[in-house]
Amino acid sequence: MNARLLPYVLILPVTLFLCLFFLYPFVLVAKQAFTTGAGATLDNFREVVSYWKFPISLRNTLLLAVAVVPIQLALSLLMATMVTRMEKGRDMVLYIWTIPLGISDLAAGLIWLAIFEQSGFLNSMLHGVGIVDKPVNLLTFQNPGIVFVAIMLAEIWRATAIMLVILVAGIGLIPKEYYEAAEVFGASPWKRFLRITLPMLRPSLQTALVLRVIMAFEVFAVVAALGGTLFPVLMGETYAYQFDLLNSGAAAAMALIILAISIAATLVILRALRVPKRATI
Amino acid sequence: MTYARKMLGAASGLALLVAAGAAQADVLFWSTQANPVEEQQAMRDQVLSGHDDAVDYQSNELGPWITRLEAELQADSGTIGLLGALHGNFSAMDPENLVDLGDMGVMSASDTFNDLAKLGTDSMQYMPWMQASYIMAANREALHYLPEGADIDALTYDQLIEWAANAHEAAGEPKFGFPAGPKGLKHRFFQGYLYPSYTNGVVRTFASDKAVTAWEKFRELWAHTNPGSTNFSFMQEQLLSGDAWIVFDHTSRLANAFNERPDDFVAFPAPAGPEGRGFMPVLAGVAIPRTAPDMEASKALIAHLMKPETQIATLKATSFFPVVDVDLPDDLPPSVKAAGDAVAKMSGSADANPGLLPAGLGDKGGDFNRVYVDTFERIVLAGQPIEAVLQDQKTRLEAIMNETGAPCWAPDAPSEGACPVE
Amino acid sequence: MAAPVPHPDKEPDAAPAASTRSAGRLLYLAGVILLCAWVLVPIYFLMINTLSAPETVNSFPKPFFPEFDLGSLQFFAGFAGMLAALKNSILVAALTMIMSIAIGSPAGYALSRFDFPGKELFRLLILLTRAFPLPLLALPLAVMFIQTGLDDTQFGLALVHTTLALPFAVLITFSLFSGIPIELEEAAWTLGCTRLTAFTKVVLPLILPGITASAIFAFVISWNEVFAAAVLTIENRTLTAFLLQSLDTPPLHLKFAGGFILVVPALIFIFAVRKYLFAMWGIANR
Repeated sequence: MNARLLPYVLILPVTLFLCLFFLYPFVLVAKQAFTTGAGATLDNFREVVSYWKFPISLRNTLLLAVAVVPIQLALSLLMATMVTRMEKGRDMVLYIWTIPLGISDLAAGLIWLAIFEQSGFLNSMLHGVGIVDKPVNLLTFQNPGIVFVAIMLAEIWRATAIMLVILVAGIGLIPKEYYEAAEVFGASPWKRFLRITLPMLRPSLQTALVLRVIMAFEVFAVVAALGGTLFPVLMGETYAYQFDLLNSGAAAAMALIILAISIAATLVILRALRVPKRATI
Repeated sequence: MTYARKMLGAASGLALLVAAGAAQADVLFWSTQANPVEEQQAMRDQVLSGHDDAVDYQSNELGPWITRLEAELQADSGTIGLLGALHGNFSAMDPENLVDLGDMGVMSASDTFNDLAKLGTDSMQYMPWMQASYIMAANREALHYLPEGADIDALTYDQLIEWAANAHEAAGEPKFGFPAGPKGLKHRFFQGYLYPSYTNGVVRTFASDKAVTAWEKFRELWAHTNPGSTNFSFMQEQLLSGDAWIVFDHTSRLANAFNERPDDFVAFPAPAGPEGRGFMPVLAGVAIPRTAPDMEASKALIAHLMKPETQIATLKATSFFPVVDVDLPDDLPPSVKAAGDAVAKMSGSADANPGLLPAGLGDKGGDFNRVYVDTFERIVLAGQPIEAVLQDQKTRLEAIMNETGAPCWAPDAPSEGACPVE
Repeated sequence: MAAPVPHPDKEPDAAPAASTRSAGRLLYLAGVILLCAWVLVPIYFLMINTLSAPETVNSFPKPFFPEFDLGSLQFFAGFAGMLAALKNSILVAALTMIMSIAIGSPAGYALSRFDFPGKELFRLLILLTRAFPLPLLALPLAVMFIQTGLDDTQFGLALVHTTLALPFAVLITFSLFSGIPIELEEAAWTLGCTRLTAFTKVVLPLILPGITASAIFAFVISWNEVFAAAVLTIENRTLTAFLLQSLDTPPLHLKFAGGFILVVPALIFIFAVRKYLFAMWGIANR
């Protein structure tokens, strides 16, 4: 087949599919963001941005992403290298580590609330060991720090597996010979990790990071479960506009703002972790 | 034995499945009410099974509920036969999209409800279906700390604050519970309870001096409120877990506590302020969307729901009270008895100051609620100065009232045109 | 005990000297166990609450061993339509898996092997899909589905779920194809393979882990998606739409049981395919 046409043939199905089931509804929704009763306008954007909670939810969303994603990256890299070196029980350990993948964010929020709430498991443990005589209230407006850490932990627990699976699949493709050769030259494990694993893993790292960061900006259910009304995030505000205020124009404007942030972050990651062109025809 | 029971359960599940598959023309009852799984099950088994036609009862979160309905209206083709929702959900809709129910020959026993259901048109757009209210509930243990001389059935806000303070001191931690979580109905407390009790108004008096007092009092109460309240949405959970001893919430959101441990809790009326004992009803209704596939079947289902015996079955299933005249039987669940008594005492009290549901706000109902919730978050959670917040929020409230032109409703004095914020 | 996050810079395998090696070995083992506990303990809590009587779920302090009270699970066993909903969920998830891989992986291959005008735009389109909330898109989609008759079918819902899973399928296969040297394919061509046979015989086996990863994502995305499922299915409800909404409403013990019932099938699925994540022929380890 003609090599110039081949890539287009290969991406045609996805493109058609997404045009029909994503782009078409997306354009309809996006159009609402730029219209109010009176025609084309930026009023919706002005409205959502000037709302007093907007800067707070923007800050919270970004803060959470910045706090959680690097830890998850490090943790998933660590887990991926650990699991590939394992000789016995590798399948089982990998399985256990990917379990959170199967848990919806609503269920994850439920689980972590059961841990952190006043009469929850964490307090039961502290109580059992005798650190506290009666349950302490952790998730309150007086302790924004604890609320934040609780949300962080839940997010790390829930969404690290997403990166792990992508990295594990990628690490498997690094030829073992590279490591053998490095060992012959006396490279320490740390060096081998830095010089072989990291660079060879770049495509997978890029994918894992991009997907994870995009999802970090859409975080909602876990935050709502643990943070209650104390930790507004952008996506929660979007849903409030759409379903509580029935203001789909404002909701669409919020969603477009999140989209813009996501695109900006994606471009930064893509630039930082540029995948070297392996081959071009 | 458990195994046998389990098998039985699976078998009956299968049987129902087959039945559901066989009847194609089920009426789809698309509801936001009776959402907890147990209530959904009770709706199907006890309320709707008595109807001649098969009914497919599906209860949803508000998001999917609105989205599906809106899609059917836009596509001009529907499967939903009957909508079940709160007054506020219907009033946010275009009345054109709902079938007139004025000629049904049935209506609720309350003229107020029937008027509300007209949504500003000449004819009923939805049928009042069931009602509830917000009340207080307490763990019996907390009764020891009632201030001296206080009658639990005729509390004042000052006594409530004192009580909460006593309980706080006795337990070593704040034990008042308030549904300030994401799904909590906190705005109704401000609109129907705090404001009417202190200012004898909701809109007109929003930024008045009396309102400042009301918020000061609420701040005092908040000092004795479980600070985890920002995560609480269904106070029955905190009553049962003991995280809160004295709570305010919707009757059906307290029901589980009474049903599980009826001897441990008491229900009682909301407190009174200087302007009386403010309280507010909850009204749920059923309506037929203009896209309903079979109007007659939908109307027949409404007629079934309005029968006294169905209304009693609904009460047992959902803890929502009838809107038609019925003789209540004796075998009611503990939650219904407790809530019924409390509501009766509240509305029968000498200083009762009943408020109405917001009307005429159209799709700005959500924005209206947001004004009160934001005021709460800024004054109480963020600790901003009361006067400044009220003045700032007042402009938002004014904008909403002017845009919708909604006239005042009780306890605000009637207005010509849009209700003014004074 | 649930809280500590192991420090990421514990390097598992230690340096040559024998003593450091065994110390490193120990550290490595401890790390693995700690991380397993970190994942499992919260699940264990969910299980305790699922298998506890309602009074226990509300009690304090909480027990640390389940009392095997099956009441909450039995409630769901008697819930009308559970089995049909389960069947629908599996069907939709399977369709989503097949479609997202069949449509997605060719695009992943194209992205990794070719430079073509419009490539960046295409990648951005793929990513946009993930960066826009589905609950907002659900309305126009539902209108479209009602008008075309796709409404309330498993296939229609699978189409929407495929849209959500496609970015994963495309990007994961893309990153894995990028990791396979083109020389391998070129070698196959010189040995008489056509582009297609070189692909099926050499490349495809290599990216099986990637396909598996995409399949896992497609499955769990579809399995756990609730909003579109609630809007787009009426008679053919998925288990998630059936149960997950109730996770937000009390009573507490049924919330946990509902959550638990949803988690189990997803875990069985991941368990069934986990070993393909490591399945490698040809160049890689083993």
